[in-house]
Amino acid sequence: MLQRTIPIAILCLSGAIMVGAYFISSAQSWGETVTTWFNILAAVAFVLGAGNLIAMNLEKISSQRPGWGYAAITLVSFAFMLVVGLLKLGAVPNDKHPDIHLAGSYDTPASPFGWMYEYVMSPLTATMFALLAFYVASAAFRAFRAKNTESILLLGTAFIVLLAQTAAGMFLTGWIPEDSAFAFLRLDKIKAGIIEHVQTAGMRAIMIGIALGIAAMSLRLILGIDRSYLSKN
Amino acid sequence: MQRTTSARGITALVAISAALLAPCTVAMAQAGDAVAASERGWFRGDRTALLVALGVVGIAIVIAIMRARAGHPVKIRRMPALEAVDEAIGRATEMGRPVFFIPGIQDMTDIQTVAGVTILGRVARTAAEYDAKLEVPTSRSIVMSAARDIVQAAHFEAGRPDTFDAGRINYITDEQFGYVAAVTGSMMREKPAACFYMGAFYAESLLFAENGNSIGAIQIAGTAEPSQLPFFVAACDYTLIGEEFFAASAYLSGERVQLGSIQGQDIGKMLAVGLIAVGVVVGTIGAVDPSGKVSAAFENLKSLIGG
Amino acid sequence: MTNPQHIGGIRGFFARLGGIDRRWIFLAMGLSIAIPILLKLRFPEYPGPMAKATFDAVEKVPEGSTVLLSFDYDPASAAELQPMASALVHHCASRKLKIVFMALWPLGKQQADRTIDTVLKPFHPEYREGIDYAQLGFQAGNEGVIKVMATNLPKQYPNDADGKAIGDIPLLKDTKDLGAFKLVASISAGYPGAKEWVQYGNGAMPDAFEVVSGSTGVQVGQLLPYYPKQMEGLLVAVKGAAEYEMLVEAKYPAADPEVIGQGRVRMGPQLVAHLLMIALIVLGNIAMIAGRPRGGAR
Repeated sequence: MLQRTIPIAILCLSGAIMVGAYFISSAQSWGETVTTWFNILAAVAFVLGAGNLIAMNLEKISSQRPGWGYAAITLVSFAFMLVVGLLKLGAVPNDKHPDIHLAGSYDTPASPFGWMYEYVMSPLTATMFALLAFYVASAAFRAFRAKNTESILLLGTAFIVLLAQTAAGMFLTGWIPEDSAFAFLRLDKIKAGIIEHVQTAGMRAIMIGIALGIAAMSLRLILGIDRSYLSKN
Repeated sequence: MQRTTSARGITALVAISAALLAPCTVAMAQAGDAVAASERGWFRGDRTALLVALGVVGIAIVIAIMRARAGHPVKIRRMPALEAVDEAIGRATEMGRPVFFIPGIQDMTDIQTVAGVTILGRVARTAAEYDAKLEVPTSRSIVMSAARDIVQAAHFEAGRPDTFDAGRINYITDEQFGYVAAVTGSMMREKPAACFYMGAFYAESLLFAENGNSIGAIQIAGTAEPSQLPFFVAACDYTLIGEEFFAASAYLSGERVQLGSIQGQDIGKMLAVGLIAVGVVVGTIGAVDPSGKVSAAFENLKSLIGG
Repeated sequence: MTNPQHIGGIRGFFARLGGIDRRWIFLAMGLSIAIPILLKLRFPEYPGPMAKATFDAVEKVPEGSTVLLSFDYDPASAAELQPMASALVHHCASRKLKIVFMALWPLGKQQADRTIDTVLKPFHPEYREGIDYAQLGFQAGNEGVIKVMATNLPKQYPNDADGKAIGDIPLLKDTKDLGAFKLVASISAGYPGAKEWVQYGNGAMPDAFEVVSGSTGVQVGQLLPYYPKQMEGLLVAVKGAAEYEMLVEAKYPAADPEVIGQGRVRMGPQLVAHLLMIALIVLGNIAMIAGRPRGGAR
């Protein structure tokens, strides 16, 4: 009983205080203090996560589950980066204190840690991000179908924005003088109109709904009405 | 089944942090935060309009909750995405394949993650009842801890504490694309029959959803990240859009009191619509009024309300 | 829907196209990007109003003033955002503005370092660290960092990225808060980023400085409500970078146009990829129509 009541009581009280503090000049820094507390908590919890990562991957390797080779690579990479980073192996000596190894810089490509970041981490993350181009293409091929009036409008809008976002837009309609009565037919003008009026209006409506949804959910949590995030036993 | 008290403690702290930060940093900011803030008395006078709006919306929600508690009927429209939860998990059980639940890539300080894990409770209970295998890869240690607590509670509720396996709820990495690589790799190997994406998502949304689509999984998504909604809508079977996502936990609970809060939220929306209508009318008249008085009144109204 | 395998002729061919293995689409997309890169295809760009507004915002900052550049992205989105970051740094340095670098993303600091090494040092060798520019680096705390900087910058950043005390850095020793900057530019890939700079930076002191931003294409919808009132300039994706480069290059030619020209280089593959997308959408619809039963129920 107390295991649920006490957290809810703390939550209600501190939530109400924080809402009030938002409107009080001298209490502006309270939010940052809470952020600091959370960062400390998250840093400690990271140990829990790292322990889980090691246990999970060791289990995968020992039971030779599908993909156990990747688990081995993960563990070796994890251990390597941890040791190189913590011990600052190969760090570039500090100008002021060249004799103190731990004062050295480890985030330049001249050190192993920086080198790994520059030539392994950067290309890998960029590659993952670049995969989006391929998935966008296959999703567009499959999902953009003119099934009804709304989807035809959506298709037309997509074509205009896709063309206007490149030199093709200017190639097709750039010859229409900007100060002529037909300037509104230029693809760049139509795109600007779509983005600034149609898209922004829709986005604002969604954002207002989200803000109200967050307010209602926060209130349910602060008032202790929604307790589904706590265990029930 | 042995319970971990540390996990319970962390969950409580996490909930506190989320509740502390969420209303202050997200909702208020999104409701129109960027206003003048030069004066520094004890009260932030520049935030008066926001305080009034917060008060009105808050009171509307509390009144709606009290009405629901008093027995007044609460009518909420159907949400097909949530109705499909049972169907998706049932299909996974029949096919003997796992169910994946991805709670986004943000920590518990993001209220979207809190909303996501509340939905996880319901998904986990249904999975426990059907004896389906539920996998929850997380990108934050605290989310893993909270998710384990919730899934374990769901197994207790379903009367199946013996089937709870903490090893299926794992921490992968905080690094966005490292997490994506690990989860999509698991998807391709294990071929889940149902995938739930509930939380804060960014560029990884389409990578998850397209991979899930390619293996023929039923996919249900929910997020309040407006930029990712088009991707989920294109690649998933069902999507909870913005406020629907926050309403989901109340909807799934089926409790009148929680449903009442959604009605209160709608009153807030009506207020916003009313203000927009007033702004449009006064602004339009101001544009054609030769005296300029209406235009001046419109500017005063704008600065009073927020900027 | 009729089984495409049972339809003959050209109609059958198009109907079967709907079920094409997606790896063919991946191959087509790969080629549409690789070929323009290898052939170094370039197309003319014409600066739009948002790029002009960003350029003008930097132009009107008085010479010798200090600007804050926040690198709120990581290597994943560097392909989209680095060209505008490079052009922005070159523009600021060409105008003799003092530059303070920082990051709200953990890996943003490395991106700023890279920009310093590839743009600031080679093209503006007169810039001295600590006097003309400073690197504050990354601090955890997301929008909390901005909030503290708005009231007490040395509290948030007691040292620069190399551990040197703020008080010992000539450029920053008198800096109290964000009011010390005439312009804040956030090169932003998401949260925390440009939106937070508007809400918590500009919101705290709206008259002190202007905010401009460079954004990925996917998140621009969330930033448009702030442009042009709370955000004076907005560069959208590679196209925004290419347009901005044109403006910067025209007035301040760089020693190596390849470095301050990456946006335009990347617009070549983007054009071909967009045309491929349109072709794929059209083909997908033809496949849908071809697969429909003739005269039957739809």
